[in-house]
Amino acid sequence: MSILEVENLTVDIPVAAGMLHPVRSISFSVEKGETLCIVGESGCGKSLTSLALMGLLPKAAIRRADKLLFRGEEIGDLPERKMAHLRGGAMSMIFQEPMTSLNPAYTIGDQLMEVFRRHVTRDKAAARDRAIYLLEKVGISSAASRLGQYPHQLSGGLRQRVMIAMALMCEPELIIADEPTTALDVTIQAQILHLLAELQNEFDMGLILITHDLGVVARIADKVQVMYAGRTVEEGPARAVFDSPQHPYTQGLLRCIPIPGKTKRGERLGAVPGIVPNLVGDLSGCMFRNRCPHAAPVCATADDSLVTGPDGHANACIRPEPERVAEAVA
Amino acid sequence: MLAYAIKRSFAAFLILIVVSGLTFSLSHLSADPALTIAGEQASDEDIQAIRELYGFDRPIYIQYLEWAGRAMTGDFGESYHYGERVSTMIAGRIGTTMSLGVLAILFALIISIPLGVVAAMRPNSLVDRFALLVAVFGQALPTFWFALMMIIVLGVWWRWLPISGNDSWAHFVMPTIALGYYATPALMRLTRAGMIEVLGSDYIRTARAKGLSPTVVLFKHALRNAIIPVVALAAVWFGFMLGGSIVIETIFNLKGIGWLSYDALLRSDLPVVQAIVLIFASLYVVLTLAADLVNAWLDPRISVR
Ligand SMILES: Nc1ncnc2c1ncn2[C@@H]1O[C@H](COP(=O)(O)OP(=O)(O)OP(=O)(O)O)[C@@H](O)[C@H]1O
Ligand SMILES: [Mg+2]
Repeated sequence: MSILEVENLTVDIPVAAGMLHPVRSISFSVEKGETLCIVGESGCGKSLTSLALMGLLPKAAIRRADKLLFRGEEIGDLPERKMAHLRGGAMSMIFQEPMTSLNPAYTIGDQLMEVFRRHVTRDKAAARDRAIYLLEKVGISSAASRLGQYPHQLSGGLRQRVMIAMALMCEPELIIADEPTTALDVTIQAQILHLLAELQNEFDMGLILITHDLGVVARIADKVQVMYAGRTVEEGPARAVFDSPQHPYTQGLLRCIPIPGKTKRGERLGAVPGIVPNLVGDLSGCMFRNRCPHAAPVCATADDSLVTGPDGHANACIRPEPERVAEAVA
Repeated sequence: MLAYAIKRSFAAFLILIVVSGLTFSLSHLSADPALTIAGEQASDEDIQAIRELYGFDRPIYIQYLEWAGRAMTGDFGESYHYGERVSTMIAGRIGTTMSLGVLAILFALIISIPLGVVAAMRPNSLVDRFALLVAVFGQALPTFWFALMMIIVLGVWWRWLPISGNDSWAHFVMPTIALGYYATPALMRLTRAGMIEVLGSDYIRTARAKGLSPTVVLFKHALRNAIIPVVALAAVWFGFMLGGSIVIETIFNLKGIGWLSYDALLRSDLPVVQAIVLIFASLYVVLTLAADLVNAWLDPRISVR
């Protein structure tokens, strides 16, 4: 049984110009001990997807899903009170902004212990022990004395380590990390991601990692999902996607990425020329067509659902590779 | 924290010297104390004699230093008009003024913080509109007019509350509302603005992601941060209120030091006026200092700076 199974997740947000469709019918699943990496350029709906899973979407947003199974149970229609019991407990999240994600008015000890005391036990001493244990786990020295420190006394890297420790406090089965290192400098980015992968292994959790760092994806992902304009355009086992990207968008992303293993640290997504389409109103056809080097008239009406191959490698482009290559040669 | 407190106290002391020096010289320039003491019919010789007797002919800074030296020991001299010791007159009345001030600021906080919080939770909702109405109303109405309306409606028409004097707690109800309502708009709007900003912050999202109950998110994580500027403003308003009590105490004939200062001003009773100004100024300075210290305690980032 998967820890998380999502089928046709859709998020709509009413805006002044009409209805925005930032996430459209995406499906994926995460197993115990598995790392799913979601990649895609800015604005493609990665954060909204993760917030939708946590039930933390902005008030105006409308979420729909055919299936939203956590440990086999439907959570799509859970009342807020029950959802709050899962959040921070069995599923937790690490955010993009370590500098501002901790409350300036409370010590990190208080903020770490709080989540444990909410979900596990009111026992203060147990919470304290757990906090110290995890601070050490995430590589913070003299953990006990750090408990009394305030966020402003810690650097960004340390704060993100505290956030990771906080996400681990209640032994979650699923961690969602939304670009956890974007705000940090490059050397620290690699350390933090490495740490995350290590802890995930040790505690055998499911991990959804949203990142721009394709080098990291190549190293730690089991599965990769490529998003474009709110849709999944390609997904599959990390090796398959990296070795033979099928969708023109994925190919564009990977073009400037060296071979896995030799990839430079902190590499950003490649520059695919063109701009992301407007996602307001009725949308049809392949959303990538206005930037695609292989676009043909059929793309305007194409069905952009994924078609899965035998190895679980799925791709949404209607024009198979040979046809595009032949065209390029001609 | 201690070094911070010492630094602030020193600044407070300097402010008091400047304020008292200014009042002393300005009041001595605007009213001739010898004339006040001698009375309307006194001859020029009498006035001159009084001037020499009291030392009003000496340079003003000497008079000030002498006054300040005695003031530091709690001796503010005698009232020209009543002949009573100023310190006794003030001691007998300051309790009334302080009670009124404390009641009024509490009234203002009890109204404005919950209203601000509720308004912030649903911006542009009906509650928010209502809160805005309360604020606009409070800002637009002159205090004395509001006080008079209360006297007419609650005191004269309905006879619910006494309109004059300070014999019982009931005498404090209308003055408290009149004075406290004055501070409500500013405190309410600051609470609302602060809460809206804090509720949209990343750490509130973190708190929600931790599955904390809405009450904990709202009161522990949001209000604690939003309240910091409100505390500072409340202290300033408390100072204004003690000053504002001059009007309110006079209207309601509540015999505190606000009333006393009005009385003393009418009679050019300089020792009383100076003592009261010094006391108001000290209270004001002490309050601001206290607010800063409370802020430093609420916001751990402050004392480090
Ligand atoms: N509260 C909101 N109201 C309206 N539009 C929103 C809101 N939040 C996000 N959006 C829009 O939804 C789209 C997807 O946003 P999302 O934050 O999920 O992008 P992302 O893939 O996480 O991008 P990034 O890599 O920059 O973090 C964007 O176009 C964004 O402008
Ligand atoms: Mg994002």
